[in-house]
Amino acid sequence: MPGLERRPLLMDQSKPGRTGCTVPALDVPESPLPPSALLRDDLPLPEVSERDIVSYFHRLSQLNYSVDEGFYPLGSCTMKYNPKWHEEVARLPGFAQAHPLQPEESVQGALQMMYEMQEMLAEILGMRTASLCPMAGAHGELTGIMMVRAYHVSRGDRGRTTILVPDSAHGTNPATAAMCGFRVVAVPSDARGNMDIAALQAALGPDVAGLMITLPSTLGLFDPHIVEITEQVHRAGGLVYGDGANLNAILGKVKLGALGFDVVHTNLHKTFTTPHGGGGPGSGPVATGDRLTPFLPIPHVARRRDERGERYEFTRPEKSIGRIGAFQGNFGMLVRAYCYIRQLGAPGLREVAENAVLNANYVLARLKDAYHLPYDRRCMHEVILSASRQKAKGVRALDIAKRLIDYGFHPPTMYFPLIVDEALMIEPTETESVETLDAFVDAMLSIAREVEQDPDVVRGAPHKAPITRLDEATAARKPDLRWQPRD
Amino acid sequence: MPSPYIPNTDADRSALLRTIGVRSVDELFADIPKAHRDPELRLPPPLSEAELKRELAAMARRNAAPGEYACFLGAGAYHHYVPAIVPYLVGRAEFATSYTPYQPEISQGTLQATYEFQSLVCQLTGMDVANAGMYDGSTAVAEAALMACRITGRGAIAYTNALHPRYLDVLRTYLESQGLTLVLTSGAAALPLDTAGVIVQSPNFLGHMEDTSIAAQAAHAAGALLIAVFDPIALGMFRPPGELGADIAVGEGQPLGLSMSFGGPYVGLFATRTQYLRQMPGRLVGRTRDSTGRDGFVLTLQTREQHIRRERATSNICTSESLMATASAIYLAALGRRGLRRIAELCYHKAHYAAERIGTLPGYTLPLRGAFFREFVIHCPAPPYLINQRLLEQGIIGGLDVSDRLPFAMLLCVTEMTTRQEIDRLVDALRKAGGR
Amino acid sequence: MYPSDLRYSKEHEWVRVGDDGTAVIGITHFAQGQLGDVVYIDLPAPGARVEQFKKMGEIESVKAVSEIFAPVSGEVMEVNRDLVKSPEAVNKDPYAKGWMVRLRLKDKGEAARLMDARAYQEMLGKAGH
Repeated sequence: MPGLERRPLLMDQSKPGRTGCTVPALDVPESPLPPSALLRDDLPLPEVSERDIVSYFHRLSQLNYSVDEGFYPLGSCTMKYNPKWHEEVARLPGFAQAHPLQPEESVQGALQMMYEMQEMLAEILGMRTASLCPMAGAHGELTGIMMVRAYHVSRGDRGRTTILVPDSAHGTNPATAAMCGFRVVAVPSDARGNMDIAALQAALGPDVAGLMITLPSTLGLFDPHIVEITEQVHRAGGLVYGDGANLNAILGKVKLGALGFDVVHTNLHKTFTTPHGGGGPGSGPVATGDRLTPFLPIPHVARRRDERGERYEFTRPEKSIGRIGAFQGNFGMLVRAYCYIRQLGAPGLREVAENAVLNANYVLARLKDAYHLPYDRRCMHEVILSASRQKAKGVRALDIAKRLIDYGFHPPTMYFPLIVDEALMIEPTETESVETLDAFVDAMLSIAREVEQDPDVVRGAPHKAPITRLDEATAARKPDLRWQPRD
Repeated sequence: MPSPYIPNTDADRSALLRTIGVRSVDELFADIPKAHRDPELRLPPPLSEAELKRELAAMARRNAAPGEYACFLGAGAYHHYVPAIVPYLVGRAEFATSYTPYQPEISQGTLQATYEFQSLVCQLTGMDVANAGMYDGSTAVAEAALMACRITGRGAIAYTNALHPRYLDVLRTYLESQGLTLVLTSGAAALPLDTAGVIVQSPNFLGHMEDTSIAAQAAHAAGALLIAVFDPIALGMFRPPGELGADIAVGEGQPLGLSMSFGGPYVGLFATRTQYLRQMPGRLVGRTRDSTGRDGFVLTLQTREQHIRRERATSNICTSESLMATASAIYLAALGRRGLRRIAELCYHKAHYAAERIGTLPGYTLPLRGAFFREFVIHCPAPPYLINQRLLEQGIIGGLDVSDRLPFAMLLCVTEMTTRQEIDRLVDALRKAGGR
Repeated sequence: MYPSDLRYSKEHEWVRVGDDGTAVIGITHFAQGQLGDVVYIDLPAPGARVEQFKKMGEIESVKAVSEIFAPVSGEVMEVNRDLVKSPEAVNKDPYAKGWMVRLRLKDKGEAARLMDARAYQEMLGKAGH
């Protein structure tokens, strides 16, 4: 069984004389080498045969649960199925081999794709345009908040030193605000899971640069007062940043630009199904309305029509915040997301949202008796349950999550958002069938029964994974973060 | 037409609606203000997989691809060989479609692969500890600067004009938001008192080696950290930052088995000394044991990161470039101790051969002195953009126009992928292009 | 669980006042239970001045970070070096081996104004713990 006999680390497998790749012979005369003081003595990398490298990583891969294997209901991560034909397109030499600094006339295909992607994302979000430069959602957040800051500075308004976030905000929101030199103030949610409007009003003032808000929220709920919220912020002279991590719920159902958002980021590795890669690569384009479009990072892609025809080129927005990366974003991921949007079109995107929301509400309906539902209302694309009832029996959300592994499922998101006790956040996505949903629900119901009848089996889970619970305390107290030679 | 990605049928959906207790899906969207619900979405009409592949293949053909063209562009992205096992292994769904390994029991593959990446980056750079990767080399430099400011409590970052201009641009964007300053320094001048870190890139933007240890001495004398920006292929033969006094070492990992892909996805390499571990951004994988005593891996020291420390986090980074890090680890394992050195030497000798031949062409000179690796500057007899136009007509992608720094200067890059015939063809083409 | 010779702050720190104008500080049994396995503690250096109820340091478990607030004001004389190698002492023995900081008191009256053991336990009880 994989996992029980793992190969040693590469450096421990190493033996002098082995190699994993052939190298071409030198076809030019040798030149004198630089002074030896500049050169390294040894290069302490492993020497392993190709065959053994393949076997090693093949076995490692089998220790992973992945979307291709099955249900992956991580709330707020949108782990939907990744279409395979995208990979073939991303590999086309014209896309995969292009150097980012090639003369623009030699990459018109790539620039055209980027331009169309900018336009399509802007249309989906109801904004004026988009930048494809940010390489992840958090990078997009950083870009967006930098633009908010630049906007106020450009108007001579240097007193705006605060960013408001809901108390349910994802950790990247306050981290981003702090990286831009802002103070962060949390606005509480009310009992329905909506933003407390009175608290928002009290927090708004001439020192507020803007509000960062996720819609639907991290609770999986659509705040019906969103227009009033954005109007309030604008009246106070602030701007509204939209964290688009949960866009899967509202594709084609509402345009965030129409609701008053000034800047929105999307996660291509969530909503637009680029493969998550075990923690990236991602891509986090930002779309802007009129106020912030001039501040977009460089480069932006423009289309020019002249007597020679149509051509695409990089441009600099007039008040650009500058560069946020060396090149123009994670182009390889843009290609995949482009394929997705082109294949689905408007009707397909709308179906995504409708089926995602339907699936989540079905899970809610079937589980709300066995588990506490902190917000008793329709959810959007994800449902939050609380294991508070089970906690009273000595079983926590963590234990339930680990027990789901024994049933063959990846656990849902746990302990987020922080305002829900023992949270389990389940996002089925639209790519799952009713059969899969039923199997998952049945597993959750079975675990609920186990909590009543045999709680130890839940507390000791997982019993069927390649490895049991790991000693994270020692890992933090005595960090072992790299291979060391055995003495 | 049913979607291949949505398994539920109309009959399935009716059953779901019944269980939920609503008549139609529209009721589930009632919280969206009616005036804004179901807007028109003007996108191109949907197409099938086959139709789109045809259209996109045509779009891709409108790009000149290095490999089909001889390519002499470097400047931060490099045409190196990608061993077949790299895309083969990272194309496995278990690596490609899994999530960030927050549930270690079912992510040991990703975790161990990342631990290998961390280990090999340390082996390559001579540093104590490396993280699981940043977005790219430029943001790695920016985050290193922020880290130096946090550690020292100071607010200025010193750099030289040999730093990649785009890396400088990114630095500027990141530092400005926090009210931190950038100070241009040359080797000789004393560093300002408020200097938190000194950035030295070697090989530098123009391809030449810098004296990192002298810079480290100057930085340490001023109580500042030395941030060394390195090239991973150069480290196949050149002395690593860990032996030259670097406190933080950062670089671009793209040359390690990642295709150039018009700018991304890449991976930022980030390593530091043990004493600065808690201030390092990014994920970290640690080795530990499970409850039965088996060796295993887990994300550790997560209290540095955004999901726990929020506004006091070392960085806001969440998703990074995990799959690309795994690819780089596989590359380093495949080339290994001898192979990477051979690759570096091939780059070195081919680049020097090209430089020598070009230097003898009428109208062309080599304006810079000193040791270089795989990039070098030539002075052209005509504006570089004109030279490049003529090269492109001959199926050659020429070097980067750096005439904003040096008159009529072009930055050329030669790697192990450049054949002697391609170099000789370049020389002929340059001779002709310079002749007019 | 809550020794009667100590005084307690709202933020779950304890103080043991000595006869010589010094005091020892740590965190309570409740606090270490909330945190989980302690992995790292960031404390002020000897010579530093701390102010009552202001942040004095940070304590980390695997999944959380918490601020440590000084329950009394004073100048740091000594910091428990053993916690660097064995932070788990805070979990196992919060009132003795898990001590954190010894300081010279600025105002001897401050500690008296903190809660005694019974009041602290009442506070915990009211909060549902």
